[in-house]
Amino acid sequence: MKTSHIKFYQTGTYTVGNRLLSDADRSVQSTMERTNSLNSGHRACQGCGEALGARYAIDAAMRATGNRLIAANATGCLEVFSTPYPETSWQIPWIHSLFGNTAAVATGVAAALKVQGRDNTRVVAQGGDGGTTDIGFGCLSGMFERNDDVLYICYDNEAYMNTGVQRSSATPPAARTATTQAVGRSPGNVFGQGKNVPLIAMAHEIPYVATASVADVRDLEDKVTKAMAISGARYVHILVPCPLGWGSAPHDTIKLARLAIESGLFPVFEAEHGEITGRRHIRRQVPVEDYLRPQKRFAHLFKPVLQTDRLAALQAVADRNIRRFDLLEREDQV
Amino acid sequence: MKKPFAITLDVGSSLANLTGSWRTERPVYLDRLPPCNATCAAGEDIQQWLFHAEEGAYETAWRVLMHDNPLPAVMGRVCYHPCESACNRGRLDESVGINSVERFLGDQALKEGWQIAPGADTGKRVMVVGSGPAGLSAAYHLRRLGHAVTVFEAQSAAGGMMRYGIPQYRLPRDVLDGEIARIVDMGVELRVDAEVSDLVATMQADGFDACFLGVGAQIGRRAYIPAGDANRITDAVSVLHGMAGDDKPLLGRRVVVYGGGNTAVDVARTARRLGAEESIIVYRRTADKMPAHAGEVEEAVEEGVKLKWLTTIKAAESETITVEKMELDDAGFPQPTGEFEVMPADSVVLALGQDVDTQMLEGLDLEMEHGSVKVDAGMMTDHAGVFAGGDMVDGERTVTVAIGHGKKAARAIDAWLRGTVYQVAPKNELATYERLNTWYYSDAEKTVRPVLDLIRRQSTFDEVRGGLDEGNALYEARRCLSCGNCFECDTCYGVCPDNAVIKLGPGKRFRFNYDYCKGCGLCVAECPCGAIKMVPEAV
Repeated sequence: MKTSHIKFYQTGTYTVGNRLLSDADRSVQSTMERTNSLNSGHRACQGCGEALGARYAIDAAMRATGNRLIAANATGCLEVFSTPYPETSWQIPWIHSLFGNTAAVATGVAAALKVQGRDNTRVVAQGGDGGTTDIGFGCLSGMFERNDDVLYICYDNEAYMNTGVQRSSATPPAARTATTQAVGRSPGNVFGQGKNVPLIAMAHEIPYVATASVADVRDLEDKVTKAMAISGARYVHILVPCPLGWGSAPHDTIKLARLAIESGLFPVFEAEHGEITGRRHIRRQVPVEDYLRPQKRFAHLFKPVLQTDRLAALQAVADRNIRRFDLLEREDQV
Repeated sequence: MKKPFAITLDVGSSLANLTGSWRTERPVYLDRLPPCNATCAAGEDIQQWLFHAEEGAYETAWRVLMHDNPLPAVMGRVCYHPCESACNRGRLDESVGINSVERFLGDQALKEGWQIAPGADTGKRVMVVGSGPAGLSAAYHLRRLGHAVTVFEAQSAAGGMMRYGIPQYRLPRDVLDGEIARIVDMGVELRVDAEVSDLVATMQADGFDACFLGVGAQIGRRAYIPAGDANRITDAVSVLHGMAGDDKPLLGRRVVVYGGGNTAVDVARTARRLGAEESIIVYRRTADKMPAHAGEVEEAVEEGVKLKWLTTIKAAESETITVEKMELDDAGFPQPTGEFEVMPADSVVLALGQDVDTQMLEGLDLEMEHGSVKVDAGMMTDHAGVFAGGDMVDGERTVTVAIGHGKKAARAIDAWLRGTVYQVAPKNELATYERLNTWYYSDAEKTVRPVLDLIRRQSTFDEVRGGLDEGNALYEARRCLSCGNCFECDTCYGVCPDNAVIKLGPGKRFRFNYDYCKGCGLCVAECPCGAIKMVPEAV
């Protein structure tokens, strides 16, 4: 990442704001003028990571485009809790699509704007992991392949939460969902399945791919801002913990996103035209156990007996990520 | 209803959903007491003045500091800074260098000539006896409250133990003079060479409405040591007092200091600077039991001062002394062993503590307790209108404690003069380390103050510790975690998934919008400094 961390300003850029920084160096979320794209009164659960991630991302996109933005939104939690008829929490032009065709709808909006000559209005498509990695995958791949001028944002909470926590292709191994119960000889989701959509997006060699999380708002905003400065197909994948589906305390949402990154289970990186150009190094490495323990969807790993082999397998996933994405800062880089 | 093509609805809103009704607990902002403030004997609001220093607003920072302490440049040199030992940052990497920032602010004020205005005149007159830290602090605070103040000092210059007790290598006299001059400039009348022999008569003659006593504890405690040549036994108070004059004390080549407190260390280090080849501290217990502060002992050892533990002096002969080896019993008290040893010594300095001079108090008939003047919670003696503080009352005998006494007494005197009773404000709950979310703080090591070359420390009275410059003072201030007090990092404002935190603008902090707060507690969990807590909703 090219963004340099500002040191010694008490909290640097770790906190959302910092009164010691110049206005230009402050985050969108710290300003009194932020759009609040997703406004109060929405019906997301207490401590919803997706509601938070969506506001972070769309507020940043609004600032980056000078408030000229249209969003297409797949069916899913984000759509259901924000727009029960006739209400809407969205304070931006927003269009609801089917579960599986958001990428196509956004492509259509972008094409219509182009025909009308309104080149200065930009388009965002957004959806959950189910709508992105499973149901809408064909449309998404088409949008990438045609290099349509759309930023697609996936809010990944690792299952179909809206319909009652069913497994998606983004559900991690060992996690309990309604369709991968914690019963039998290998409880929870099986190892060795699922797909990594950021890497698949990179394989389309589109101009920009990035991952981010709600634990680092500065990083998330930087990536969305950078994406809005690029034309063509772009993909940002944001980890958004779900207290309901993960069985975690509502106040732990940001902590869990942080632990996912610090353990290596969720690599944060960015890529241009299919090549990785930056990664967010682990700051204080933790074993995967620290991340898994507070979540009830992994409770069967700890009781009635400690599942050391399955914990080791999950640690191996993290270790592989660390190696593959070069997540540890080496001495020569300091 | 004319709408664009394909648009059928007005722009909607979700604000009719008052999602705050889901809540069972609500977050509330609060100020917790930072550990530095909790331990400061002068009652400084350290976190607050660091907050201003962090922005580079040094004058504002200094004014906040001056609200409690009139002598920051002195304090930034001689305070034993228990605040730094208590600092939560000490558990993260190293404690914030509070003392060095205080000194920087104090020096800056002297350089820039910043002044404090006295309060509106009340017409009341207060007499202060003694111009040590307690007396000066009381005079300063009384003047801020608008009372006319006259300070009586028996010596020919103000400062008390700061001038006649603390060696120059720790406190240069121009710094002390500068800070005293600033207090005098507020309209405090200072009478030197003015010993008060009859307090009640003086008060009546000059028409004072109240009095503060801060005469200290000046009489060096003696121990009976059989000596062939009594001239060679002297006490620490006289030695250190003698340093203020032109005729420096003659201690000889081999000096033995008897005692284990800070005064013993001051004398031993002074002896080295006066040219003693050997300066030995003899103490009857062990190093860990020594009341002197570890930093002082460490610097003394660096300068070549030697330490001899578990030893008592039995007798002093012409060029030697006889010492007895001690051992600790089960209760930790030293017991004689009957093993004796003879050590060469040209002089013996007793640093066994000091007693209050009760002579001048005789006419008042004040109640005493363990050799100290007894005072109530508002520092008043059993004689109405006469208050006391500093070394002459019970408590740790440091400059910091004395300054705190002076402030407290001044506020109590003010209340007394108005016919009310001084009420101490209730303390906030402590901001413990566990309350913090330390993830958010940058990693930053402590800035070390430059230390004078060892050889110059052994031979001159130049100040041992240097100060910080503006760059590293700012850096040091910014290491503060702001424990328990909002420093407007915007994290609560950012992390609320429901936009239920309202930012009120710079310096105005934040407010919760309870119409929409669902009570998830994310703001409490993520607040770096522990300035929010969850409380159950009333059902």
